[in-house]
Amino acid sequence: MDLLGGVVEFLATGTNWVGEAGIVTRTLDHVGLTLLSVAVACAVAIPPGLYLGHTGRGGTFAVSVVNIGRAVPSFAIVALALPFTIRLGLGLGFWPTFIALVALAAPPIFTNTFTGVREVDADLTEAAVGMGLSGREVLFRVELPLASPAILTAVRVSAVQVVATATLGALVAWGGLGRYIIDGFSQRDSVELFVGALLVALLSVLTDAGFGVVQRRLAPKGPRPAG
Amino acid sequence: MSEGPIVDWGWVGGHLDDVWERTVEHAVLTGLAVGIGFAISVALCLLIHRHRRAYGPVTWTAGVLYTIPSLALFAALVPFTGLSLLTAEIGLVSYTLLILIRNIMAGLDGVPEATKEAARGMGFTDRRILWEVEVPLALPLIVAGLRIATVTTVGLVTVTSLIGQGGYGFFILQGLRRFFTTEIVLGTVLSVALAATIDVALVRMERALTPWSRRRVVP
Repeated sequence: MDLLGGVVEFLATGTNWVGEAGIVTRTLDHVGLTLLSVAVACAVAIPPGLYLGHTGRGGTFAVSVVNIGRAVPSFAIVALALPFTIRLGLGLGFWPTFIALVALAAPPIFTNTFTGVREVDADLTEAAVGMGLSGREVLFRVELPLASPAILTAVRVSAVQVVATATLGALVAWGGLGRYIIDGFSQRDSVELFVGALLVALLSVLTDAGFGVVQRRLAPKGPRPAG
Repeated sequence: MSEGPIVDWGWVGGHLDDVWERTVEHAVLTGLAVGIGFAISVALCLLIHRHRRAYGPVTWTAGVLYTIPSLALFAALVPFTGLSLLTAEIGLVSYTLLILIRNIMAGLDGVPEATKEAARGMGFTDRRILWEVEVPLALPLIVAGLRIATVTTVGLVTVTSLIGQGGYGFFILQGLRRFFTTEIVLGTVLSVALAATIDVALVRMERALTPWSRRRVVP
Protein backbone atom coordinates (compact mmCIF):
# COMPACT_ATOMS: atom_id res chain seq x y z
CA MET A 1 0.00 0.00 0.00
CA ASP A 2 1.10 3.52 -0.70
CA LEU A 3 2.10 4.89 2.71
CA LEU A 4 2.06 8.54 1.83
CA GLY A 5 -1.36 8.24 0.18
CA GLY A 6 -2.67 6.44 3.24
CA VAL A 7 -1.35 9.13 5.56
CA VAL A 8 -2.88 11.92 3.47
CA GLU A 9 -6.20 10.06 3.36
CA PHE A 10 -6.11 9.53 7.15
CA LEU A 11 -5.47 13.22 7.75
CA ALA A 12 -8.11 14.28 5.19
CA THR A 13 -10.82 12.19 6.85
CA GLY A 14 -12.83 14.44 9.17
CA THR A 15 -13.87 11.65 11.51
CA ASN A 16 -10.22 11.01 12.42
CA TRP A 17 -10.02 14.49 13.90
CA VAL A 18 -13.10 14.57 16.10
CA GLY A 19 -14.45 12.50 18.98
CA GLU A 20 -12.79 10.90 21.95
CA ALA A 21 -10.13 9.11 19.87
CA GLY A 22 -9.71 12.00 17.43
CA ILE A 23 -6.53 13.91 16.73
CA VAL A 24 -7.87 17.07 18.41
CA THR A 25 -8.75 15.38 21.71
CA ARG A 26 -5.52 13.39 21.82
CA THR A 27 -3.38 16.43 21.04
CA LEU A 28 -5.15 18.47 23.72
CA ASP A 29 -4.71 15.59 26.21
CA HIS A 30 -1.03 15.40 25.32
CA VAL A 31 -0.46 19.14 25.66
CA GLY A 32 -2.56 19.35 28.83
CA LEU A 33 -0.73 16.56 30.62
CA THR A 34 2.62 18.02 29.53
CA LEU A 35 1.79 21.44 30.95
CA LEU A 36 0.40 19.95 34.17
CA SER A 37 3.44 17.70 34.68
CA VAL A 38 5.95 20.45 34.00
CA ALA A 39 4.07 22.86 36.28
CA VAL A 40 4.00 20.32 39.12
CA ALA A 41 7.68 19.48 38.51
CA CYS A 42 8.51 23.21 38.80
CA ALA A 43 6.52 23.48 42.03
CA VAL A 44 8.33 20.45 43.45
CA ALA A 45 11.85 21.23 42.19
CA ILE A 46 12.34 25.01 42.20
CA PRO A 47 11.78 25.81 45.92
CA PRO A 48 14.32 23.28 47.25
CA GLY A 49 16.73 24.24 44.44
CA LEU A 50 16.47 27.90 45.43
CA TYR A 51 16.84 27.17 49.14
CA LEU A 52 19.84 24.84 48.79
CA GLY A 53 21.48 27.12 46.24
CA HIS A 54 20.99 30.13 48.51
CA THR A 55 22.41 28.40 51.58
CA GLY A 56 25.10 26.65 49.51
CA ARG A 57 24.30 23.22 50.91
CA GLY A 58 23.66 20.01 48.98
CA GLY A 59 26.06 20.42 46.06
CA THR A 60 26.97 16.73 45.93
CA PHE A 61 23.30 15.84 46.18
CA ALA A 62 22.46 18.04 43.19
CA VAL A 63 25.17 16.42 41.08
CA SER A 64 24.07 12.89 41.98
CA VAL A 65 20.44 13.71 41.17
CA VAL A 66 21.31 14.71 37.63
CA ASN A 67 23.64 11.77 37.04
CA ILE A 68 21.19 9.17 38.32
CA GLY A 69 18.38 10.94 36.47
CA ARG A 70 20.26 10.58 33.21
CA ALA A 71 21.06 6.91 33.70
CA VAL A 72 17.50 5.76 34.46
CA PRO A 73 15.75 5.27 31.09
CA SER A 74 12.53 7.28 30.76
CA PHE A 75 10.88 4.10 29.52
CA ALA A 76 11.82 2.49 32.85
CA ILE A 77 10.40 5.45 34.79
CA VAL A 78 7.01 4.98 33.11
CA ALA A 79 7.17 1.22 33.68
CA LEU A 80 8.16 1.61 37.35
CA ALA A 81 5.37 4.08 37.99
CA LEU A 82 2.79 1.40 37.16
CA PRO A 83 3.38 -1.04 40.07
CA PHE A 84 3.67 2.02 42.29
CA THR A 85 0.27 3.46 41.37
CA ILE A 86 -1.35 0.04 41.42
CA ARG A 87 -0.11 -0.56 44.96
CA LEU A 88 -1.48 2.85 45.94
CA GLY A 89 -4.82 1.95 44.34
CA LEU A 90 -4.56 4.69 41.69
CA GLY A 91 -4.70 2.20 38.85
CA LEU A 92 -3.78 2.54 35.19
CA GLY A 93 -3.84 5.40 32.74
CA PHE A 94 -3.49 8.96 34.02
CA TRP A 95 -1.70 8.42 37.34
CA PRO A 96 1.27 6.27 36.34
CA THR A 97 1.88 8.53 33.32
CA PHE A 98 1.57 11.72 35.35
CA ILE A 99 3.83 10.48 38.18
CA ALA A 100 6.44 9.27 35.70
CA LEU A 101 6.44 12.58 33.84
CA VAL A 102 6.86 14.61 37.03
CA ALA A 103 9.67 12.29 38.17
CA LEU A 104 11.34 12.79 34.79
CA ALA A 105 10.95 16.57 34.62
CA ALA A 106 11.85 17.51 38.18
CA PRO A 107 15.58 16.50 38.45
CA PRO A 108 16.96 18.74 35.67
CA ILE A 109 14.86 21.68 36.90
CA PHE A 110 16.13 21.15 40.46
CA THR A 111 19.77 20.89 39.38
CA ASN A 112 19.69 23.95 37.15
CA THR A 113 17.92 26.02 39.81
CA PHE A 114 20.56 24.99 42.31
CA THR A 115 23.56 25.66 40.05
CA GLY A 116 21.96 28.82 38.65
CA VAL A 117 21.67 30.33 42.14
CA ARG A 118 25.05 28.94 43.20
CA GLU A 119 26.86 30.49 40.28
CA VAL A 120 25.65 34.02 40.93
CA ASP A 121 28.76 36.14 41.41
CA ALA A 122 29.54 36.36 45.14
CA ASP A 123 30.49 40.04 44.71
CA LEU A 124 26.90 40.77 43.66
CA THR A 125 25.30 39.04 46.63
CA GLU A 126 27.79 40.69 48.99
CA ALA A 127 27.02 44.08 47.46
CA ALA A 128 23.31 43.37 47.92
CA VAL A 129 23.87 42.46 51.58
CA GLY A 130 25.99 45.60 51.94
CA MET A 131 23.09 47.65 50.59
CA GLY A 132 21.02 46.29 53.45
CA LEU A 133 19.01 43.58 51.66
CA SER A 134 17.85 40.69 53.85
CA GLY A 135 18.66 37.10 52.91
CA ARG A 136 15.17 36.69 51.48
CA GLU A 137 15.52 39.85 49.39
CA VAL A 138 18.93 38.76 48.11
CA LEU A 139 17.36 35.47 47.01
CA PHE A 140 14.31 36.92 45.27
CA ARG A 141 15.70 40.19 43.92
CA VAL A 142 19.26 39.20 42.99
CA GLU A 143 19.81 35.44 42.83
CA LEU A 144 16.47 34.35 41.35
CA PRO A 145 16.50 36.85 38.45
CA LEU A 146 20.11 35.99 37.64
CA ALA A 147 19.40 32.26 37.82
CA SER A 148 16.25 32.48 35.71
CA PRO A 149 17.93 31.79 32.33
CA ALA A 150 19.37 28.53 33.70
CA ILE A 151 16.01 27.59 35.22
CA LEU A 152 14.17 28.34 31.96
CA THR A 153 16.64 26.25 29.98
CA ALA A 154 15.92 23.29 32.24
CA VAL A 155 12.15 23.85 31.96
CA ARG A 156 12.48 23.86 28.16
CA VAL A 157 14.57 20.67 28.10
CA SER A 158 12.17 18.99 30.54
CA ALA A 159 9.09 20.02 28.56
CA VAL A 160 10.48 18.48 25.36
CA GLN A 161 11.39 15.32 27.30
CA VAL A 162 7.88 15.19 28.78
CA VAL A 163 6.20 15.52 25.36
CA ALA A 164 8.38 12.64 24.15
CA THR A 165 7.82 10.42 27.17
CA ALA A 166 4.07 11.10 27.41
CA THR A 167 3.97 9.02 24.21
CA LEU A 168 4.90 5.99 26.32
CA GLY A 169 1.84 6.66 28.48
CA ALA A 170 -0.11 4.66 25.89
CA LEU A 171 1.72 1.57 27.21
CA VAL A 172 0.09 2.03 30.61
CA ALA A 173 -3.32 2.70 29.05
CA TRP A 174 -3.23 6.48 28.95
CA GLY A 175 -4.40 8.37 25.83
CA GLY A 176 -2.51 11.13 24.09
CA LEU A 177 -0.78 10.93 20.73
CA GLY A 178 1.21 7.84 21.74
CA ARG A 179 -2.00 5.82 21.25
CA TYR A 180 -1.58 6.06 17.48
CA ILE A 181 1.95 4.67 17.71
CA ILE A 182 1.26 1.91 20.21
CA ASP A 183 -1.98 0.90 18.44
CA GLY A 184 -0.19 1.14 15.11
CA PHE A 185 2.43 -1.31 16.39
CA SER A 186 -0.05 -3.80 17.80
CA GLN A 187 -2.33 -3.69 14.73
CA ARG A 188 0.60 -3.55 12.30
CA ASP A 189 -0.98 -0.46 10.79
CA SER A 190 1.76 1.54 9.05
CA VAL A 191 -0.49 4.52 8.35
CA GLU A 192 -1.58 4.97 11.96
CA LEU A 193 2.03 4.42 13.07
CA PHE A 194 3.32 7.07 10.71
CA VAL A 195 0.57 9.58 11.53
CA GLY A 196 1.35 9.16 15.23
CA ALA A 197 5.07 9.61 14.64
CA LEU A 198 4.44 12.72 12.57
CA LEU A 199 2.16 14.34 15.15
CA VAL A 200 4.45 13.56 18.09
CA ALA A 201 7.53 14.81 16.25
CA LEU A 202 5.69 18.00 15.26
CA LEU A 203 4.51 18.62 18.82
CA SER A 204 8.06 18.15 20.18
CA VAL A 205 9.63 20.52 17.69
CA LEU A 206 6.87 23.09 18.38
CA THR A 207 7.33 22.71 22.15
CA ASP A 208 11.06 23.31 21.80
CA ALA A 209 10.53 26.32 19.53
CA GLY A 210 7.75 27.70 21.75
CA PHE A 211 9.87 27.59 24.88
CA GLY A 212 12.74 29.07 22.86
CA VAL A 213 10.57 32.11 22.12
CA VAL A 214 9.56 32.44 25.79
CA GLN A 215 13.22 32.17 26.77
CA ARG A 216 14.27 34.98 24.44
CA ARG A 217 11.38 37.21 25.56
CA LEU A 218 12.26 36.79 29.21
CA ALA A 219 16.03 36.95 28.80
CA PRO A 220 17.70 39.88 30.54
CA LYS A 221 18.68 42.51 28.00
CA GLY A 222 22.30 42.47 29.13
CA PRO A 223 24.26 45.36 30.56
CA ARG A 224 22.78 48.72 29.73
CA PRO A 225 24.31 52.12 30.35
CA ALA A 226 23.02 53.62 33.57
CA GLY A 227 20.71 56.63 33.47
CA MET B 1 1.48 -6.68 41.06
CA SER B 2 -0.66 -5.44 43.91
CA GLU B 3 0.78 -7.70 46.58
CA GLY B 4 3.78 -9.85 47.40
CA PRO B 5 7.43 -8.88 47.36
CA ILE B 6 8.61 -6.28 44.84
CA VAL B 7 11.29 -8.59 43.46
CA ASP B 8 10.79 -12.34 43.10
CA TRP B 9 14.40 -13.51 43.43
CA GLY B 10 13.48 -17.08 42.51
CA TRP B 11 12.33 -15.88 39.10
CA VAL B 12 15.53 -13.93 38.59
CA GLY B 13 17.65 -16.97 39.52
CA GLY B 14 15.76 -19.10 37.00
CA HIS B 15 16.31 -16.64 34.16
CA LEU B 16 20.06 -15.99 34.31
CA ASP B 17 20.47 -17.28 30.74
CA ASP B 18 17.98 -14.68 29.53
CA VAL B 19 19.80 -12.00 31.52
CA TRP B 20 23.10 -12.88 29.84
CA GLU B 21 21.54 -12.97 26.37
CA ARG B 22 19.91 -9.56 26.90
CA THR B 23 23.15 -8.13 28.33
CA VAL B 24 24.99 -9.03 25.14
CA GLU B 25 22.16 -7.63 23.02
CA HIS B 26 22.07 -4.37 25.00
CA ALA B 27 25.84 -3.94 24.85
CA VAL B 28 25.95 -4.65 21.09
CA LEU B 29 23.09 -2.22 20.33
CA THR B 30 24.80 0.47 22.42
CA GLY B 31 28.31 -0.19 21.06
CA LEU B 32 27.17 -0.14 17.44
CA ALA B 33 25.21 3.07 17.90
CA VAL B 34 27.96 4.97 19.74
CA GLY B 35 30.66 3.59 17.42
CA ILE B 36 28.87 4.50 14.19
CA GLY B 37 27.69 7.79 15.68
CA PHE B 38 31.25 8.64 16.68
CA ALA B 39 32.62 7.82 13.22
CA ILE B 40 29.99 10.03 11.54
CA SER B 41 30.56 12.82 14.07
CA VAL B 42 34.34 12.78 13.59
CA ALA B 43 33.88 12.96 9.82
CA LEU B 44 31.44 15.88 10.15
CA CYS B 45 33.73 17.66 12.61
CA LEU B 46 36.69 17.36 10.24
CA LEU B 47 34.47 18.93 7.59
CA ILE B 48 33.46 21.75 9.95
CA HIS B 49 37.09 22.21 10.97
CA ARG B 50 37.93 22.99 7.36
CA HIS B 51 34.73 24.74 6.35
CA ARG B 52 33.46 26.71 9.30
CA ARG B 53 30.20 27.60 7.52
CA ALA B 54 29.08 23.98 7.81
CA TYR B 55 28.79 24.26 11.61
CA GLY B 56 25.34 25.91 11.60
CA PRO B 57 23.56 23.56 9.18
CA VAL B 58 25.16 20.42 10.68
CA THR B 59 24.26 21.20 14.30
CA TRP B 60 20.79 22.42 13.26
CA THR B 61 20.06 19.10 11.54
CA ALA B 62 21.48 17.11 14.44
CA GLY B 63 19.41 19.27 16.80
CA VAL B 64 16.14 18.54 15.00
CA LEU B 65 16.91 14.79 15.00
CA TYR B 66 17.66 15.06 18.72
CA THR B 67 14.33 16.80 19.43
CA ILE B 68 12.20 14.14 17.71
CA PRO B 69 11.08 11.65 20.39
CA SER B 70 12.74 8.24 20.02
CA LEU B 71 9.47 6.34 19.82
CA ALA B 72 8.24 8.66 17.04
CA LEU B 73 11.46 8.21 15.09
CA PHE B 74 11.32 4.42 15.39
CA ALA B 75 7.64 4.44 14.43
CA ALA B 76 8.31 6.60 11.38
CA LEU B 77 11.08 4.25 10.23
CA VAL B 78 9.20 0.96 10.69
CA PRO B 79 7.13 1.26 7.46
CA PHE B 80 10.44 1.49 5.56
CA THR B 81 12.97 -0.63 7.42
CA GLY B 82 10.65 -2.91 9.42
CA LEU B 83 11.03 -4.18 12.99
CA SER B 84 14.76 -4.59 12.56
CA LEU B 85 18.19 -3.91 13.98
CA LEU B 86 18.63 -1.34 11.19
CA THR B 87 15.60 0.66 12.38
CA ALA B 88 16.91 0.62 15.94
CA GLU B 89 20.40 1.69 14.90
CA ILE B 90 19.27 4.53 12.60
CA GLY B 91 17.33 5.97 15.54
CA LEU B 92 20.02 5.36 18.16
CA VAL B 93 22.85 6.71 15.99
CA SER B 94 20.94 9.90 15.19
CA TYR B 95 20.58 10.69 18.91
CA THR B 96 24.33 10.51 19.49
CA LEU B 97 25.23 13.02 16.77
CA LEU B 98 24.31 16.31 18.44
CA ILE B 99 26.04 15.39 21.72
CA LEU B 100 29.21 14.16 20.03
CA ILE B 101 29.54 16.94 17.45
CA ARG B 102 29.05 19.66 20.06
CA ASN B 103 31.66 18.16 22.37
CA ILE B 104 34.25 17.41 19.69
CA MET B 105 33.96 20.95 18.31
CA ALA B 106 34.06 22.50 21.78
CA GLY B 107 37.23 20.50 22.45
CA LEU B 108 38.93 21.53 19.22
CA ASP B 109 37.86 25.17 19.60
CA GLY B 110 39.16 25.22 23.17
CA VAL B 111 42.78 24.72 22.12
CA PRO B 112 44.57 28.05 22.72
CA GLU B 113 45.67 29.88 19.60
CA ALA B 114 49.15 30.35 21.13
CA THR B 115 49.62 26.58 21.37
CA LYS B 116 48.80 26.13 17.70
CA GLU B 117 51.09 29.05 16.81
CA ALA B 118 53.93 27.43 18.74
CA ALA B 119 53.44 24.18 16.82
CA ARG B 120 53.37 26.09 13.55
CA GLY B 121 56.59 27.83 14.58
CA MET B 122 58.15 24.43 15.17
CA GLY B 123 57.39 23.60 11.56
CA PHE B 124 54.25 21.45 12.05
CA THR B 125 51.93 21.16 9.06
CA ASP B 126 48.21 21.85 9.58
CA ARG B 127 47.57 18.12 9.47
CA ARG B 128 50.11 17.41 12.21
CA ILE B 129 48.79 20.30 14.28
CA LEU B 130 45.30 18.76 14.10
CA TRP B 131 46.27 15.19 15.00
CA GLU B 132 49.24 15.81 17.33
CA VAL B 133 48.18 19.01 19.09
CA GLU B 134 44.47 19.79 18.79
CA VAL B 135 43.00 16.28 19.04
CA PRO B 136 45.05 15.22 22.11
CA LEU B 137 44.20 18.48 23.89
CA ALA B 138 40.53 18.07 22.98
CA LEU B 139 40.39 14.51 24.35
CA PRO B 140 38.84 15.34 27.74
CA LEU B 141 35.85 17.03 26.07
CA ILE B 142 35.61 14.33 23.39
CA VAL B 143 35.49 11.63 26.08
CA ALA B 144 32.95 13.72 28.02
CA GLY B 145 30.78 13.67 24.89
CA LEU B 146 31.22 9.91 24.52
CA ARG B 147 30.18 9.43 28.15
CA ILE B 148 26.97 11.44 27.77
CA ALA B 149 26.19 9.77 24.42
CA THR B 150 26.75 6.29 25.86
CA VAL B 151 24.64 6.80 28.98
CA THR B 152 21.84 8.30 26.84
CA THR B 153 22.05 5.44 24.34
CA VAL B 154 21.92 2.74 27.04
CA GLY B 155 18.63 4.31 28.16
CA LEU B 156 17.21 4.65 24.66
CA VAL B 157 18.02 1.04 23.80
CA THR B 158 15.28 -0.02 26.25
CA VAL B 159 12.71 1.74 24.01
CA THR B 160 13.76 -0.42 21.05
CA SER B 161 12.04 -3.35 22.78
CA LEU B 162 8.88 -1.97 21.12
CA ILE B 163 10.39 -2.73 17.71
CA GLY B 164 11.50 -6.22 18.68
CA GLN B 165 15.06 -5.37 19.83
CA GLY B 166 15.62 -3.84 23.21
CA GLY B 167 18.23 -5.64 25.34
CA TYR B 168 17.11 -5.10 28.94
CA GLY B 169 14.09 -3.19 27.63
CA PHE B 170 12.67 -6.61 26.78
CA PHE B 171 12.30 -7.32 30.51
CA ILE B 172 10.67 -3.93 31.14
CA LEU B 173 8.16 -4.40 28.31
CA GLN B 174 7.39 -8.00 29.34
CA GLY B 175 6.91 -6.81 32.92
CA LEU B 176 4.47 -4.15 31.78
CA ARG B 177 2.50 -6.58 29.64
CA ARG B 178 2.29 -9.25 32.37
CA PHE B 179 1.98 -6.80 35.30
CA PHE B 180 5.09 -8.44 36.75
CA THR B 181 7.10 -5.95 38.83
CA THR B 182 10.18 -8.18 39.08
CA GLU B 183 10.90 -7.89 35.38
CA ILE B 184 10.43 -4.10 35.34
CA VAL B 185 12.81 -3.64 38.29
CA LEU B 186 15.32 -6.12 36.85
CA GLY B 187 15.40 -4.38 33.46
CA THR B 188 15.81 -0.96 35.07
CA VAL B 189 18.54 -1.96 37.54
CA LEU B 190 20.54 -3.81 34.88
CA SER B 191 20.25 -0.88 32.48
CA VAL B 192 21.50 1.60 35.08
CA ALA B 193 24.31 -0.80 36.04
CA LEU B 194 25.39 -1.19 32.42
CA ALA B 195 25.42 2.59 31.93
CA ALA B 196 27.53 3.01 35.08
CA THR B 197 29.96 0.25 34.04
CA ILE B 198 30.55 1.72 30.60
CA ASP B 199 30.91 5.20 32.12
CA VAL B 200 33.64 4.01 34.51
CA ALA B 201 35.42 2.25 31.63
CA LEU B 202 35.40 5.47 29.58
CA VAL B 203 36.85 7.46 32.49
CA ARG B 204 39.66 4.89 32.78
CA MET B 205 40.26 5.07 29.05
CA GLU B 206 40.53 8.85 29.21
CA ARG B 207 43.11 8.64 32.02
CA ALA B 208 45.14 6.16 29.99
CA LEU B 209 44.99 8.35 26.87
CA THR B 210 45.93 11.60 28.60
CA PRO B 211 48.94 10.66 30.76
CA TRP B 212 50.06 14.33 30.93
CA SER B 213 46.97 15.32 32.91
CA ARG B 214 48.05 13.03 35.77
CA ARG B 215 51.36 14.76 36.33
CA ARG B 216 49.64 17.67 38.08
CA VAL B 217 48.32 15.38 40.80
CA VAL B 218 51.65 15.08 42.57
CA PRO B 219 51.19 14.84 46.35
